[in-house]
Amino acid sequence: MDFKKVDEIIARHRGKAEEKIPPLIPILQDIQDEYGWLPEQAFVKTSRQLDIPLVNLYGVATFYNEFRLKPIGNYHISVCMGTACHVQGAPRILSELERKLEIADGEITPDEKYSLETSSCFGCCAIAPAIMVNGEYHGKMDKKKVDELLENIEQEKEDEKVKQNG
Amino acid sequence: MAKINTAEELEKLKEEYRQKDEEWDCVINFCGGTACQGSGAQKVLNALKNKLADIEDNMDIELRVTGCHGFCEQGPLAVIQPQDLLYVNITEDDVEQIIEKTVLNNEEIEDLFYNEAEKEDKIKSDKEIPFYKNQERIVFENNGVIDATSVEDYIAEGGYSALSRALSEFTPREVIEEVKESGLKGRGGAGFPAGVKWEICYDREADLKYIICNAYEGDLGRSLLEGNPHLIIEGMIIGGYAIGASRGFIYVRTEYPIAVDHTHRALDQARELGFLGEDIFGSGFDFDLEVRRGAGAFVAGEETALMHSIEGKRGMPTQRPPFPAERGLWGNPTNINNVETWANVPYIINRGAEWFSSIGTENSTGTKVFSLVGKINNTGLIEVPMGITLREIIFDIGGGIPEGKEFKAVQTGGPSGGCIPAELLDLEVDFEKLEEANSMMGSGGMVVMDEDTCMVDVAKYFMQFLEDESCGKCPPCRVGVPKMLEILDRITNGNGGPEDLEKLADLGDTVKNSSLCGLGQTAANPVLSTLEHFKNEYEEHINDKACQALVCEDLLYYNIIEEECRSCDQCKQACPVDTIVGTPGEDPYYIVDEGCIRCGSCIEACPFDAIEMKPGQKEN
Repeated sequence: MDFKKVDEIIARHRGKAEEKIPPLIPILQDIQDEYGWLPEQAFVKTSRQLDIPLVNLYGVATFYNEFRLKPIGNYHISVCMGTACHVQGAPRILSELERKLEIADGEITPDEKYSLETSSCFGCCAIAPAIMVNGEYHGKMDKKKVDELLENIEQEKEDEKVKQNG
Repeated sequence: MAKINTAEELEKLKEEYRQKDEEWDCVINFCGGTACQGSGAQKVLNALKNKLADIEDNMDIELRVTGCHGFCEQGPLAVIQPQDLLYVNITEDDVEQIIEKTVLNNEEIEDLFYNEAEKEDKIKSDKEIPFYKNQERIVFENNGVIDATSVEDYIAEGGYSALSRALSEFTPREVIEEVKESGLKGRGGAGFPAGVKWEICYDREADLKYIICNAYEGDLGRSLLEGNPHLIIEGMIIGGYAIGASRGFIYVRTEYPIAVDHTHRALDQARELGFLGEDIFGSGFDFDLEVRRGAGAFVAGEETALMHSIEGKRGMPTQRPPFPAERGLWGNPTNINNVETWANVPYIINRGAEWFSSIGTENSTGTKVFSLVGKINNTGLIEVPMGITLREIIFDIGGGIPEGKEFKAVQTGGPSGGCIPAELLDLEVDFEKLEEANSMMGSGGMVVMDEDTCMVDVAKYFMQFLEDESCGKCPPCRVGVPKMLEILDRITNGNGGPEDLEKLADLGDTVKNSSLCGLGQTAANPVLSTLEHFKNEYEEHINDKACQALVCEDLLYYNIIEEECRSCDQCKQACPVDTIVGTPGEDPYYIVDEGCIRCGSCIEACPFDAIEMKPGQKEN
């Protein structure tokens, strides 16, 4: 993995920060946007450059739900567990996904195709229960729609393979 | 765009944009809110764009992607002007006829009109629909008619005139007086009067003061920032002028990418036009704003925790006093209000404190935005005057409960709030009345629950959430909440005893009275309020080992009705854990309860409705 981007990100924030220390959380967010997660190497680099002890960085990164210390799959599925989604059956949507993908919340499939996580609220409570696949919202989910969605993804992958081979 | 220095220049620009707006032959106000995105709006929008690019006509047609219209249940949706037609549940296939019939030939498409649940009549204009008709929209007024990424649209609707007015006609002290007089209370939590808070910050002498917009909240903050970011920015600049702040932050949830993007763009535009930066409107006042994405921690919505998060630390609350207004961000006086509070400020400056306080009740003035969701026909975002009854909100605006089910409770105030039962439906909604009912305004969530909702499960859900989100700093919250959850687990597993209810209430009191921050002090509310109003459900779980709402999996079982079963084998094939026994065409099938994971696959698979869930535990 190439970690030059980490230097660029820190330099960019150093440039605009008016406070003495560059803002740590935006830096970690940008690193995660770049790599999809926070690799150990990126931590070490950030720690040295900002002169913040590694243990403090780790403390911050594990405090917030957004930060991942594990990579995500090609298809990253996030399930909203907010109140509105809960009363509309989000737990069943999550268990259906866990069963179909054979992974639990926070895990990635061994082939790295899928990863699954829960979120506290997407803010689209009116179309509960909602899930997100690679940033795209899907509302009013039920078991059938989950199955269809996964089938569509598999189909998409097949199509891509055909395209690449043909 | 050139910098605007005077009120006259702003007025000229407004007229110019207005005129441009009037020249359109047709405007399609297409909802670009998050909920509509989740219902497939992007595909419809792409189809509209393609179709419009294809037609060669000398008409001027504007396809405007607006903020959330609020009527999320019916999305994707659009309002077409000048005909004033609301089309709902639009699909890609409808695009052809919308353009061909309505836009080009002025014909109405009845199939796309809104159809009220269980009623025949179709309604063509949003102004006639009960969902909109019974609202009073102020901060939401422009959400559905302007493109959030266009500062021109905002200026055409009178945007930034309040800022211009405040800077030229008001001293900072007078702005504070106006806000105090309006009675505006903070819309984010406990309802502290905004003007009083500003005054404390104003009175502190410091070289550097900060303003923060707490947009770490649910649906409402998202949709306002997403749909009308300049309104919040304008409110914050006025607030900054009033208390003497020179910098500010908008702390928004990273889960709301559209809101983050729109806010960034709006800040760039405001800087370009000189509404942010140095010497705003030639007044000598300097102010600038920055977006910070909240990284996902519920407790970071608490104001001291929020500030630590901006400082780059873990979002853990600290003891107050000192209050942020005295010693806040990096030790400087800081004023924090939430999105909706800031959104009200420009209106108060433009229309006056007297106008604002004429809306609502004596102690809770103005309107309030609610996110009306859960088991209700018209889910969406609504804005109503304070003092409206719950009944009006749920039945007149919300259209009642789907499928003719019975209303059970409405949960307000988010995880820190409480559940209000049917007996209190005539409660007039304001800060005080909600608190009297052991709930709170919070930032305006309203989750409606029906007979199929188990209140013990709801309490358990909130405790699970709060256990996850407790920062771990003070023991009452860190230890008390998991202990309460343990008891709830026991009750919903069928292992609860009669002494458990007293223990829950005791623990709840301790957590409430001895936690450090607002999150901890309210963490027991979901349990305490359900215990108060729905004690019978707890007792059923404990004494009868049954969940009448059919939610708690250990207190219900799946049953194949012998008389209905045709032994078709469909359920057996659908069952992922092979726990259904039977041979095709022979005796009725049955479920071995021990292996059943309650996934519901068999119910979905059965063509004869022969499988049911029953409350209680199966006797083997």
